[in-house]
Amino acid sequence: MTLQFEDRAVAEHDEHAETALAEVPGGIAVVGTTPARARPRRSARVVQLTQPSFILSALLVVAVVTAAFLPTLFTSLDPYATDLANKLAAPTWQHPLGTDNLGRDQYARVVYGTGNTLIASLLAVVLGLSVSAVLGILAGYLGGWVDEVVGRFVDIFLAVPGLLVSLMIVTTLGYGTINIAIAVGIGSVAAFTRILRAEVLRVRESDFVTAARLSGLRWWSILPRHVFPHSIGPLIALLALQFGEALLAISALSFLGFGVQPPEPEWGLLVSEGRTYLSSAWWLAILPGIVIVLVVLAANRVSKFIEKVT
Amino acid sequence: MRYVIRRVLYAVFVVWAAYTITWLLLFYLPGNSASMIISGAGADVDQTLLASLEARYGLDRPAYEQYFGLLWQTVTGDLGTSITLGVPVAVVVGGALPHTLALGGLALAFSVVLGLGIALLANTARATWLRNILFSLPSVFLSFPVFLTGLILIQVFAFNLHLLPAVGNDGFRALILPALTSGIPASAAIAQVTAKSLYEYTHGPQATFLTARGVGRGRIVYAHGLRNAVIPAATIIGMSVGGILAGAVITETVFSRQGLGRVLQAGVVSQDVPVVQGVVIISALLFALANLAVDLFYPRIDPRIRLGIA
Repeated sequence: MTLQFEDRAVAEHDEHAETALAEVPGGIAVVGTTPARARPRRSARVVQLTQPSFILSALLVVAVVTAAFLPTLFTSLDPYATDLANKLAAPTWQHPLGTDNLGRDQYARVVYGTGNTLIASLLAVVLGLSVSAVLGILAGYLGGWVDEVVGRFVDIFLAVPGLLVSLMIVTTLGYGTINIAIAVGIGSVAAFTRILRAEVLRVRESDFVTAARLSGLRWWSILPRHVFPHSIGPLIALLALQFGEALLAISALSFLGFGVQPPEPEWGLLVSEGRTYLSSAWWLAILPGIVIVLVVLAANRVSKFIEKVT
Repeated sequence: MRYVIRRVLYAVFVVWAAYTITWLLLFYLPGNSASMIISGAGADVDQTLLASLEARYGLDRPAYEQYFGLLWQTVTGDLGTSITLGVPVAVVVGGALPHTLALGGLALAFSVVLGLGIALLANTARATWLRNILFSLPSVFLSFPVFLTGLILIQVFAFNLHLLPAVGNDGFRALILPALTSGIPASAAIAQVTAKSLYEYTHGPQATFLTARGVGRGRIVYAHGLRNAVIPAATIIGMSVGGILAGAVITETVFSRQGLGRVLQAGVVSQDVPVVQGVVIISALLFALANLAVDLFYPRIDPRIRLGIA
């Protein structure tokens, strides 16, 4: 019982909770005196895995990814079937998120919208990551003039907030899932490159890389063999975190109407469509929005988990 | 003085960078203004018409000539002419600017108060559970899409409590909800950075020394910790101006307000490239000015910068 309590606090608030625990008088303080870091790695992983907040988050992520590809598993209703006699209905067991202005089941629309939202977000992350991985790794590892050039490039890009860069790209490319994914992906390159460069720089300064260099290995062997395996953990954690960010940006662009076009469902678009009926049927806009929040929180939680166990 | 000149030059560089990035994006992405005007008119692309339009907007000249020509125009305050409205972009942007400045100013004030409040409370609250909640609050704030925050605030404060107007442009009361909407995500970053800085100070050797001399916990945080946290807090406040300006697109759409964000949104919808470019450059200018103000504020609070040591 006490063990569970300790680990939950540690996982959720890092060092803050750890020291906070040590201050609590009474029985729990004993837990605080055994530092979490001293535990063996394997059991730490198991403990991390069995945390309720992580299990819930992981389940949500798995469910959402499944819904993106197999929406029929989650609902038997047709997201396009209208039922005007039953429009703007409040949530019931039959329609858990209510029905929209045409009587379409909002839950089915959220489920079928998952594909559009998720694929755009994933595409944005993959695009942003692959461009900035090349830039960040080369800049961080090679240093010198390469670092200088990439650094200037990032500085120039950071002068404009990411959302504005995305909007400019949408202006020229036009609307659609793929286009907003490209827009969000490119909009995130600058910030992403900066993080990756710092990460590579950290690994490059480590003793084993110095040893490899002194043994005569060239950079093209050191990078994949020594730097990359060491950076993969933080990289995946960053990926999960960035997925949450991309999801927010994608849904913002869809909310503005630049993503998929109606009647196709998409999370941000559903909020935007429900907005018109906010005063009479608040659940139409707010509940799909809450779904976005939950998925972003889950992605952040999973990211934290990966950070801890790697 | 040399410090001031360096910072001013850096601000000029940032604005130039923003201009260059908009130019590069618009130049290298497929489709130019001329073909957009024609496709917008719904006609098949007529090559002679395209050529005449390209000549009119100078799109047939070599890239470097276009770049420097437009750069000079922008420096002299000529942002071009709106394609859809037919009036100078400077007029469109100038008309919208005061609304966004009012919104952004109040949003910034809210975010500073909220952010510092959370950071201070998180470091001084006696109850552990309250501290843990306060430390994790910023990441929850950051998981909310801006449009959802806005809609929830409208639902609660306008429709349920009838305290404030839901949408519109007139008066200070109509400004409060939009400013809160923009301010909440900005406050999260401010809270995170300040709370971390305060936390590190209160758990460092200086705080131990102060405690040993009999200084109370509240005084350590407010009198000593806060003074050390001012520099990172000021930096992040300057950075958050960019987020607030970019977020204006969504906030102004949700609350149906006039302003730069709405002009930008309309510009993206009608593919009015000069308008989009104008708004992005003005936003970058404001962003650079905010950061310059922060830079010039540093030496007043930190003698190390004044003396050029740090």
